[in-house]
Amino acid sequence: MASITFREVEGSSLKYWALFGGIGLFVLFGFLSYLYMHHHGHVVTGMDNQIVWGLPHVFAVFLIVAASGALNVASIASVFNKPMYKPLAPLSAILSLALMLGGLLVLVLDLGRSDRLIVAMTHFNFKSMFTWNVFLYSGFFGLVGVYLWTMLDRSVKTYSKAAGTAAFIWRLTLTTGTGSLFGFLIARELYGTSMLAPMFIIMSFAYGLAIYLMVLAAAYAWTGRTLGDAVMVRLKNLLAVFVAAVLYFVVVYHMTNLYFAKMGAVEAFILRDGGIITTLFWVGQIVIGCVLPLVILLTGLGKQRTWIMIASALVILGGLVQMYVTIIGAQAYPLDMFPGLAEKSSFFDGEVHHYSPSVPEFFLGLGGLAIALLATTFAVKVLRLLPVSLDDATVAKLEH
Amino acid sequence: MSELKPMSDNSPNSPERRRFIGAATATAAGLTLAPGVMLIEVAHGRPDEQAASSAVRWGMLVDATQCATGCDDCVTACSTENGWTPIAESQHKKQAPQWIRKLELQNPLTQMETSLPMMCQHCAEPPCVDVCPTGASFKRADGIVLVNRHTCIGCRYCMMACPYKARSLVHESLNDTQKPDVPRGIGCVEACTFCVQKVDRGDGTTACVEACTAAGHNALLFGDMNDPESEISKRLRELPTKQVRADLNLNLGVRYHGI
Repeated sequence: MASITFREVEGSSLKYWALFGGIGLFVLFGFLSYLYMHHHGHVVTGMDNQIVWGLPHVFAVFLIVAASGALNVASIASVFNKPMYKPLAPLSAILSLALMLGGLLVLVLDLGRSDRLIVAMTHFNFKSMFTWNVFLYSGFFGLVGVYLWTMLDRSVKTYSKAAGTAAFIWRLTLTTGTGSLFGFLIARELYGTSMLAPMFIIMSFAYGLAIYLMVLAAAYAWTGRTLGDAVMVRLKNLLAVFVAAVLYFVVVYHMTNLYFAKMGAVEAFILRDGGIITTLFWVGQIVIGCVLPLVILLTGLGKQRTWIMIASALVILGGLVQMYVTIIGAQAYPLDMFPGLAEKSSFFDGEVHHYSPSVPEFFLGLGGLAIALLATTFAVKVLRLLPVSLDDATVAKLEH
Repeated sequence: MSELKPMSDNSPNSPERRRFIGAATATAAGLTLAPGVMLIEVAHGRPDEQAASSAVRWGMLVDATQCATGCDDCVTACSTENGWTPIAESQHKKQAPQWIRKLELQNPLTQMETSLPMMCQHCAEPPCVDVCPTGASFKRADGIVLVNRHTCIGCRYCMMACPYKARSLVHESLNDTQKPDVPRGIGCVEACTFCVQKVDRGDGTTACVEACTAAGHNALLFGDMNDPESEISKRLRELPTKQVRADLNLNLGVRYHGI
């Protein structure tokens, strides 16, 4: 197998620092938003006692799910022995760590008492899926960290496959845990199903790969390194498969619900009568997140790099919308405590709950994405994560 | 005089009469005092160092047929007892905590209307306790479900898990209506406590029940469901009752009649 040279990006140009500063600005906005929300309490957000998890959770869960998926490329290389993916693996690992960091930060900064994080780290209830996730997230940092080390340090390279396999199993478990945060809830009709665990796994594959593709292309374009079509085509085909699988799961999930009469009303809410939620489902989740990317990736358009980038961006946008529909949509529909009876109260029982995210919530969520990108931008400067060239000839040699 | 039979049975000084009076007095005193003594025991409540006992299961019976539409005395009493701002006075109504609320139900088919209070159902298998990452949500041995104000991190997972929407997050800094024996705080989740401070004092009832009784509706009854002789156990034996979302099999501490 031909050897690949990895090198840090120089990172001394004005362009690099402009990028660093630009992303840093969003990190700052996110931090300021947190301070504002923490000072005043959740009263300054759009969240209330009906919509208890809002936009920060949409971003946080999206980032955590995407983090797991971003590791895909590395897993394909070391677990499934595809040599072509080997040079792509270090970026995949660092990106997954960075996305996890961003997601977790948003999650903990949105706590009612974020100052009590230490309590969450010292008091455990092992019946809680949240507690399991605390361990899954910490373990993820540890395992992917070790995995990255085996990629970067030649002296421990022999352990790379073992570390990669461990990280692969761990992140499948992790996304099962993330999906089960919702899957283990009995109160709301749209949750409480084991479908959510595998669905979150396949969603992670799509979101993570879309982010990976965009970061990879940007890194190569902005550093003037060569990124051949072979890599791009292989990855975009993979993305198409993942997006199609997401669509498949969404269809099966809703078809199953529709078959049960008791789910009729809540399904009608999401699919037909839910106003903004319905629009987001059809336009955002289905058309923007699945149909358009599939059309682009599977037709001639997918041969052009710009269109691959557009498709990836659509998958990311559609993914955020899918999280919005999954998290906000399920809460917007009123709890059915007395089936068959109309309910009315001062606590908004029996009515659809409206949610208008506030600006700080949006910037807190965006801050999580920004910190992930900032960490990645910094990491490629200080670590040898990116091959000097990924031109078609170099990549072709790997496979022979 | 000697032939005269002494009225041994009736003379004021006869031992028999004395025994009778003694016994009668003792019985009467017993009948008068015993419930009082028992009440004193109840009224003393648990000593501070004694843990809540699983021999007791506190519960509530809501008789929806007696609950008056438009009456919210129970809600007002709860707010006064526990120091949360009444919803009418709240500036942020959608974000304001409501420990108890009146639900108006209507059957769209028959137009039949039902009115009832809804609050924490104090489940024997509480989903909020299951999901709480820090164990701040907990169930006492006597069945009361509470939130530990000091370990709640405000993650709101319990609010996602509760099928009764019984819990509220404190969204903003609290004003000075707080009660010394009802700890609350910004960023923490809270709910009906079955007036645990009153229960532990030995009042044997809750603020909402007192208010409902005072208003003459008698729609609420509180007591020990484990004690077969308690008023609530007797009524539960007589009245057909239901648990809300009985399909979830959570074994609720609040039972409804007339729904």
